[in-house]
Amino acid sequence: MECQECHMRPATLHFTKIVNGKKMEVHLCERCAKEKGEVMAGSNAFSIHNLLSGFLNFEQLTGQRENDPFSGDVQCPKCGLTYSEFAKIGKFGCAQCYRAFNHLLDPILRKVHAGNTAHTGKIPKRTGKNISTKRKIQSLKEELQYLIEREEFEKAAVIRDQIRALEKGGNEL
Amino acid sequence: MSLRQFIDQAVSPWMQGDGPDGDIVLSSRIRLARNLDDYAFPIMATVDQAKKAMEYIKDHLNGASYHGLGKFEWVEMSRLKPIEKRVLVEKHLISPNLAEDSNYSAALINETESISIMINEEDHLRIQCLFPGFQLNEALTLASGVDDWLEEMFNFAFDEQRGYLTSCPTNVGTGLRASVMVHLPALMITQRMNRIAPAINQFGLVVRGIYGEGSEALGNVFQISNQITLGKSEEDIVEDLRGVVMQLIQQEKAARRDLLSYSKIQLEDRVYRSYGVLKYSRVIHSKEAAKCLSDVRLGIDLGLIKGVSRNILNELMIITQPGFLQHYFKEALEPDERDVRRAILIRERIQMEENQ
Repeated sequence: MECQECHMRPATLHFTKIVNGKKMEVHLCERCAKEKGEVMAGSNAFSIHNLLSGFLNFEQLTGQRENDPFSGDVQCPKCGLTYSEFAKIGKFGCAQCYRAFNHLLDPILRKVHAGNTAHTGKIPKRTGKNISTKRKIQSLKEELQYLIEREEFEKAAVIRDQIRALEKGGNEL
Repeated sequence: MSLRQFIDQAVSPWMQGDGPDGDIVLSSRIRLARNLDDYAFPIMATVDQAKKAMEYIKDHLNGASYHGLGKFEWVEMSRLKPIEKRVLVEKHLISPNLAEDSNYSAALINETESISIMINEEDHLRIQCLFPGFQLNEALTLASGVDDWLEEMFNFAFDEQRGYLTSCPTNVGTGLRASVMVHLPALMITQRMNRIAPAINQFGLVVRGIYGEGSEALGNVFQISNQITLGKSEEDIVEDLRGVVMQLIQQEKAARRDLLSYSKIQLEDRVYRSYGVLKYSRVIHSKEAAKCLSDVRLGIDLGLIKGVSRNILNELMIITQPGFLQHYFKEALEPDERDVRRAILIRERIQMEENQ
């Protein structure tokens, strides 16, 4: 079978494409496939960074549909990096980039970190004090709920007092 | 300089001790990536911004000490010769990246070389702690302590939802890369590693050759590290890696026992042939050297070769690399010439053992 693009070389890549619900058989030679960007994942050796920027590009394409509130390129107000540049290099330019692109990041992080999008580890001791307190209150509240369900009211009262103390701004606990 | 003195300098003090499970786990490493909140990350920083960031860090850290670990030395990359940088890379104290892209980058290294803090690599700060043998928890405790110490001086880029913000999204969250270097000759000889490596990948861990990304496993030494940095606590990441490495140790030990009971004479033959190559060859490529060193080390671990110290593998793996070879012979060497010098160096080192 000859390549349907150049009609010169034999077709070596055969696949079925579905565009807007329409099924199409495609037969291409390797060179035309490369030119058309129809090379399939896995047929070439990809490095982790190609793969990563592949994810990012994909997200960008889906984000640029019409009527999409996120269409168009987003730019970081601090360092000037645009989302499409980020997609190309696979690196952020500064801390602010994370906030600027925040609405686009979940799918990427999910893919890179096995479905996770939120940090659950260490919090900086000095600058993260408020966050630590917030997390502590959250976990104490969960404990309180548990104790109430088991009707262990004496223990629950102790926890309640701890929560109150923390909420008053006492970071000592 | 005598070879002994050279080796003492080449092999970091932290590496000279024997750690727990040292017959299989050569070293444990923890790396934490941190960034300054107010500065553009190195990749986007202008020359001026990179310089400012480095000087800001230098002002706070130069000559500083971290309790009990002695003084740190500030090593600026632009002041080093290429060969000196290469030696630091071969000692795993800096990354190849830092050595190549040396504009306003530096490393802060403590006396025993167990802690190295890279400045202006992919992130502003990369804390690295190295321990001999299987000591991941110890390394994490130390790295976390260094992190707390640095955080007293610097405002780190941290987000409540995303955690520590890093230049590459593959490091965000904890910024933690935990890794161990393991010597697995018996799993390779018995071809069991082929089946184990893909299984390890399914745990979200990566298996690589010793010199980081994209390099093959020279001398049956592998690096195993975590890939996921977000959504798991530091302790859980380290614990998951530890669990898998414990399994690997068991598997390697079982394979060694099998080799000894089912094909002892073949194993002995292999080990002594390699010993012979190291002892008598006049030209030796780094690949062949790595293979023979691995065999000899296995022979020592199993008691087949007596009277040779176990450290010979660690030492020779380090000093027969191109950077150290040229450093020792004090001249630039073409690859062909290196193979000749490598053979000389190995013969000398083995001679030292036999004189003892």
